[in-house]
Amino acid sequence: MNPRTHAIRVGIARGWTEAKLSLRAPDDIAFYLLWGIGVLAFLFVNRGMEVEGTTLSFPTLAMPGVLGAMVIFGGVVGPAFALVLEREDGTLLRAKAAPHGMAGYVAGQATLQTLGVIPMLAVLLVPSAFLFDGLMHRGALGWLAVAGFLALGLVASIPIGMIIGSIARKPSHVSTWGLLPVVGLAFVSGIFAPLSGLWGWVQGLAQVFPMYWLGVGMRWAFLPDEAGALELGGQWRVLEAVGVLGAWAVVGLVLAPIVLRRMARRESGSAVESRMHERMQRVG
Amino acid sequence: MSEAVISVRDLRMRYGTRDVLDGVELDVRRGEVIALLGPNGAGKTTTIEILEGFRSRSGGEVSVLGVDPMVAGEEWRAGVGIVLQSWRDHGRWTVRALLDHLGRYYLPYSTPERRRPREVDELLATVGLADHADKRIAKLSGGERRRLDVAIGIVGRPELLFLDEPTAGFDPEARRDFHDIVHALVDLEDTTILLTTHNLDEAEKLADRILILSGGRIVADGSAAQLAREVAGKTEVRWTRDGERFVHATDDATAFVRELFAQYDDGIAELEVRATTLEDTYMAMVRRHEDHDLTPTRGRPAAPRTDATRQEVQR
Repeated sequence: MNPRTHAIRVGIARGWTEAKLSLRAPDDIAFYLLWGIGVLAFLFVNRGMEVEGTTLSFPTLAMPGVLGAMVIFGGVVGPAFALVLEREDGTLLRAKAAPHGMAGYVAGQATLQTLGVIPMLAVLLVPSAFLFDGLMHRGALGWLAVAGFLALGLVASIPIGMIIGSIARKPSHVSTWGLLPVVGLAFVSGIFAPLSGLWGWVQGLAQVFPMYWLGVGMRWAFLPDEAGALELGGQWRVLEAVGVLGAWAVVGLVLAPIVLRRMARRESGSAVESRMHERMQRVG
Repeated sequence: MSEAVISVRDLRMRYGTRDVLDGVELDVRRGEVIALLGPNGAGKTTTIEILEGFRSRSGGEVSVLGVDPMVAGEEWRAGVGIVLQSWRDHGRWTVRALLDHLGRYYLPYSTPERRRPREVDELLATVGLADHADKRIAKLSGGERRRLDVAIGIVGRPELLFLDEPTAGFDPEARRDFHDIVHALVDLEDTTILLTTHNLDEAEKLADRILILSGGRIVADGSAAQLAREVAGKTEVRWTRDGERFVHATDDATAFVRELFAQYDDGIAELEVRATTLEDTYMAMVRRHEDHDLTPTRGRPAAPRTDATRQEVQR
């Protein structure tokens, strides 16, 4: 039994346990429900709006992008906050004290964040099936593509979230360097309205980041072929989407272990202790 | 002499221009229980974190279980148990689930002599948490959490266990239970233990050897009795004769008392023989060291006793 592989398996089981605990925690349930109700209400109010030049309704057109943005949001912000908070509360040090515990911890986080997407998808997709008609235009193959793109989106975003969470020294840093940029990107990535309505430089900027490209991939998987005309360049750029998301995934997967290792090396009992004092001063 | 588990030579730690550790020398053999005492800021935590492999040092040689903790791998980590301070981690988990989870990391390191991890139910019984096994950790009392910390520290059946202020916040009963656990670990599993504490009584009860760290150095090393002899070397004898109260400090209390009775026989009452306590010793050691550092001396001189018998003022 390779101890490291073993620890990763222990970590995956840890993520599964944490995901189950999360579904029983009132805070987390409230978050999922509020999120779901908010987005659905917005789409429902605008359900009658037909998007110019197509026969598709606004919810149909927007939903794929919303799902993509949600996965990027959860993938970046989730692990970033988890890392900074669990460094403060001593969870990480417990992991560090066990053999290959850090490998297990990271595997656990990745598992938890991945599983955490499922209830978020469920609160949107299940009611949508009743509220809106014709979300999926490509049948079973389309759903397969959705699953594939969501997985790619998670692989591209979770390492970034972990890097932000490792560099951040306190939760407010995550808000500044993780939450705000991601929310900002959501506005310029063509989720609710085609990107072509925005200034050129904003279009260029948005196309650097995974959120826009996951949106492209998701729309392609859900919508009929003709809807490609609404995309930048007037056609589906699926290979480009896979390429950009893949590139982010590779960069993240290469950098995250280095950053995580550096962060973990600094962890000790007195480090946790002094952060706790700092925190108490912040709060008190 | 049995195998060295910890060996430290000329350990130095410098933060900016301040030397927190200034040439610490330390040897711990298998199966020993060592208490590391010292005033706040003396470098106890820094020393322990260097030995745990959680902190890099500025200089000196350190060997823990035969390896330098700075470069030691995960297999080494499996042999080291750490009882961390209690925080707010894993509040949603149950006691049993967390012990089971953390224990699993040790499974690849199980040997016929040291079965890893420890069985969870057995461990729960050992630390007195059997009745709280399925309780959520956030719902535990402070003392229960501390027991859980101890359980996590020993779940991997470590050869070497670090305890930083293990009984802070324990009530007397919990403290006694904890002492039983320590004795069992040492007697049954030959565990080596290094603990820091502010409780001198505890150090005396648990430790084979006491080390006093002051000003970045080990200023005393020995059993409680040895340290007492080193500092004062005196035992205090008090008695009354004809209603008058006397006190005398001596190296050999038995001989002194025998002579006292030979001389006065029936006249002696309220006889009291009081050995120097560890607290006296500790205060004297720390103060003596501070004097060496040429810091201004405050309060009483280090060894207040004199050889002469004084007659105390009768009240």
